[in-house]
Amino acid sequence: MSARSYIIDDREKKTFLLDREVLVSEDILRKEMARIFGHCWIYVGHASELKKTGDFRSRKVAGRPVIFCRDQQGAFHCLFNTCRHRGAIVCTEREGNRRRFQCIYHGWTYGNDGRLVGVPGVDAYAEGFDKSGHGLRRPARFEDYRGFWFMCLDGRAPPLADYLAGAKDYIDLVLDQSPSGRMEIITGVQEYDVAANWKLMVENSVDDYHLPSTHSTWLNFMANSGVKIEPPKEEGLVLPTKGLAVELGNGHFTTDNVNFRGRPVAKWIPLYGEAAKPEIEEIRRELVARLGPERASRVADTNRNLVIFPNLVINDGSSVTVRTFYPEGVGKMHVTAWALGPAEEGENARARRLDAFLTFYGPGGFATPDDVEALELVQQGLANWSDDRWSEMSRGMGKEGEQLNSDEHHLRIFWRRWNELMGAPA
Amino acid sequence: MTVATPTVVTRAQVEDFLYLEASLLDDWKLKEWEALLTEDAAYYVPPNDHPEGDYRNTLFLVADDRERIRQRVIRVLDPNCHAESPRSRTRRMISNVRIIAVDGDLVTVAANFICYRYRRYERIREYVGAYRYILKWTGGFFRIKERRVLIDAHELGSLGSVSFIL
Repeated sequence: MSARSYIIDDREKKTFLLDREVLVSEDILRKEMARIFGHCWIYVGHASELKKTGDFRSRKVAGRPVIFCRDQQGAFHCLFNTCRHRGAIVCTEREGNRRRFQCIYHGWTYGNDGRLVGVPGVDAYAEGFDKSGHGLRRPARFEDYRGFWFMCLDGRAPPLADYLAGAKDYIDLVLDQSPSGRMEIITGVQEYDVAANWKLMVENSVDDYHLPSTHSTWLNFMANSGVKIEPPKEEGLVLPTKGLAVELGNGHFTTDNVNFRGRPVAKWIPLYGEAAKPEIEEIRRELVARLGPERASRVADTNRNLVIFPNLVINDGSSVTVRTFYPEGVGKMHVTAWALGPAEEGENARARRLDAFLTFYGPGGFATPDDVEALELVQQGLANWSDDRWSEMSRGMGKEGEQLNSDEHHLRIFWRRWNELMGAPA
Repeated sequence: MTVATPTVVTRAQVEDFLYLEASLLDDWKLKEWEALLTEDAAYYVPPNDHPEGDYRNTLFLVADDRERIRQRVIRVLDPNCHAESPRSRTRRMISNVRIIAVDGDLVTVAANFICYRYRRYERIREYVGAYRYILKWTGGFFRIKERRVLIDAHELGSLGSVSFIL
């Protein structure tokens, strides 16, 4: 494939077009697996999922079966879940606690630090056979930022902290919701497929332009639950409150919105019920005492959908969700979503957080199924791509200065970065 | 207060009731379906990885109290509920119905189900699992106090969503 641009980014005419082939081409998907997923930092899991030494979770990360685990010293590992002997999956359980992982095929056994510790009939191998050279392989790099663990297949990649760039500040805003700075993944994972290209989920996760049309039933529900949904007053707004799109470097970006939809930490809405008011006020008081009024308000009165390039979304909205997704073919993605909450959260607050989550997010939520529908309709419509080639993404380009969450500035950030990593001329 | 208790509850009575409920759901007669619920009814779909979890500390797919069920019905009947517009065609098969316990006017019931779901241009989706009900005997017929849907699939995966009432 010769180098060509997948976007038309015309700053003079203020138009931005995306070649729809990038959403339907098998060749481009193969190239993405190498150039995007082979070089970027990819989210693996959260420290809170492995509370004790020996805890493990097996999962697929960007299609790669891995074991995310802690060894007997408590160190975190990400191991390829593939036996060094003949290639079988070594750990078949979803989660648990183990000192050893034994391959069922011929019995090769690995410690929870990945070292090969047992080979049945090892004396049949020639003299030079070295067990220490046959530990489970692992991604070239594995680092965390405040409990969020990422892997990178490229040994020459910049350190995670540099890669995350401005996204770190927005992760900090999530962690500040916990008095101890510790947020935890809550039990219960949502894993579902969407019959659409994975990149459509990136767009959808931050695109506030679609809210009034895609999610009118959710807005109705909020209104029915006593939340004020007033038509926007300022020009260009499509939601009751103002929100911006913010570039964070290295292809990361976020929305940054004045909250109207409530916050478990800590903005009461009628949906939570009168009985919850004093508790939310108490959470708020703790927040102000710890962070000062300004930072507390920053944490509690704004909500943010953060995209860490290429495939991690932290929606800090009606509740906090950590959502990652990867392609399973060009027209299908697999989504994994978790709820995140303060580690020390009380029983009622936790229940309220989960309830708030379900008002919007997830396969049974009042909004996510309609997002899924929208993305699947896009993928179906793209069957005409060769005769109707370009997606229009110019919203907001005609103005200087701040870009709204309902503009398409942040979508352009993603596509420019993607285009660059795919080796295309700008 | 005297409570009308079912002196003898038969499996056939329970089956008749579950078949009635299934037909209302498959026919999208959701207002009529709501009339089968008690005023404190709850509807749960636990997560695939922790089907025995508690909705207060575990992230479910659905954990509706009576008011949320009311709102869910409003939502899914709205033409702007895009995930169900046009509406899915569903067909439920219910079997292996068992009465697990009778406690006063409350009857705990287990059943197996297959729910086939069809949408245009899509392959069939098969939801397979177990229903668990707490039925309340009120004035000569059952009402649903709790309905819990346990999906057998390890992950929702290609089932995609639970955008209709499963």
